[in-house]
Amino acid sequence: MAEAVQFAAESLAGGRARAARTVLDQVVLPGEELLLPEQEDVEGPGGAGERPLRLNAGTRSRLRVVCGPGLRRCGDRLLVTKCGRLRHKDPGSGSSGGVYWVDSQQKRYVPVKGDHVIGIVTAKSGDIFKVDVGGSEPASLSYLAFEGATKRNRPNVQVGDLIYGQFVVANKDMEPEMVCIDSCGRANGMGVIGHDGLLFKVTLGLIRKLLAPECEIIQEVGKLYPLEIVFGMNGRIWVKAKTIQQTLILANILEACEHMTADQRKQIFARLAEN
Amino acid sequence: MAAERKTKLSKNLLRMKFMQRGLDSETKKQLEEEEKKIISEEHWYLDLPELKEKESVIIEEQSFLLCEDLLYGRMSFRGFNPEVEKLMLQMNAKNKAEDEDEDEIVELDVSDEEMARRYETLVGTIGKKFAKKRDRANYEEDENGNIKPVKAKKMFLKPQD
Repeated sequence: MAEAVQFAAESLAGGRARAARTVLDQVVLPGEELLLPEQEDVEGPGGAGERPLRLNAGTRSRLRVVCGPGLRRCGDRLLVTKCGRLRHKDPGSGSSGGVYWVDSQQKRYVPVKGDHVIGIVTAKSGDIFKVDVGGSEPASLSYLAFEGATKRNRPNVQVGDLIYGQFVVANKDMEPEMVCIDSCGRANGMGVIGHDGLLFKVTLGLIRKLLAPECEIIQEVGKLYPLEIVFGMNGRIWVKAKTIQQTLILANILEACEHMTADQRKQIFARLAEN
Repeated sequence: MAAERKTKLSKNLLRMKFMQRGLDSETKKQLEEEEKKIISEEHWYLDLPELKEKESVIIEEQSFLLCEDLLYGRMSFRGFNPEVEKLMLQMNAKNKAEDEDEDEIVELDVSDEEMARRYETLVGTIGKKFAKKRDRANYEEDENGNIKPVKAKKMFLKPQD
């Protein structure tokens, strides 16, 4: 890890841009520029912007590349804005060249369109609810954005309730707006989360790790006892089990599993299974 | 006085439609061009150099949904919340195969045959509404509540010789 950071610092000092393909799964620092695969042979060892004449310069394959969180477009290159590991995903089908993103860690959530989050209703004013989602300002949720809600049939939402919804508008210029229905008008599990249970906050990276398709932690947790979990992409998790003690155990496990190795985790689960 | 010199007509008058019919096409074109010039000079425009739009092949997205295949956020284990467990199967299956059409077989309260039978006798049921009191006797119902077929209307019988 130390060598990776050192190498990154050296290349930054030299002013050379590295090819994105060679840096996959390595640490990148903010300010680095990454070259896309189609531009690698243009930047020869001379480097300083001189391009050798190419006969087929105009027929570069135009693959559409998506730059995800932590990266920005800078001319034809990618500019890194967060420190973390660079990841890449190949597209299964289609003409796009894949997705690049930086796997970083942070606790502060910034609202993003399409994310499913857990919010707390803080105010009810007229036709909208103000929901705190952990961002810079509370999101607005219209009372018509629930399944089966009409002007006369209002949803039963009180101040202090927990809401599981998704963002429809989320950018840096406007107040975020969320809804509890999908584009077809169905709830799909969104809406008010039931009573009891415990809400706690974790880092955003842990949420993504727990929601990964083959997550061992979730599989092991599911074998302990009957329980229900809701994950919000804003770092909030709500858990509920039959007794308060079980709920607290679950919350402690999920908070601690970020810093445990696999062995330590297995030990703890084995001890719990005995009880 | 009219013979001394031609009365000078104003420009606006000359621009009117009925005055233009007599002109030939060339003078018409000239007049049109002059008008266009006047109008375009009045329009405001920015005196900036033309910016070439760069064809960008990189798209910026701030969402993690495109990057990683994440599971659905609500989970329930060992039957704690059966609805959420059903949702889990539904939403995670949707992620795996997006072109899935699930046919839901709805349980029918009324079988198809009975529906057909009811619609056959629709004439009777609607006809009953508009029948006069005398004709209502024709619409008697048998044991099942099905309307019997309408009896023949009583026509005028010609007296036989």
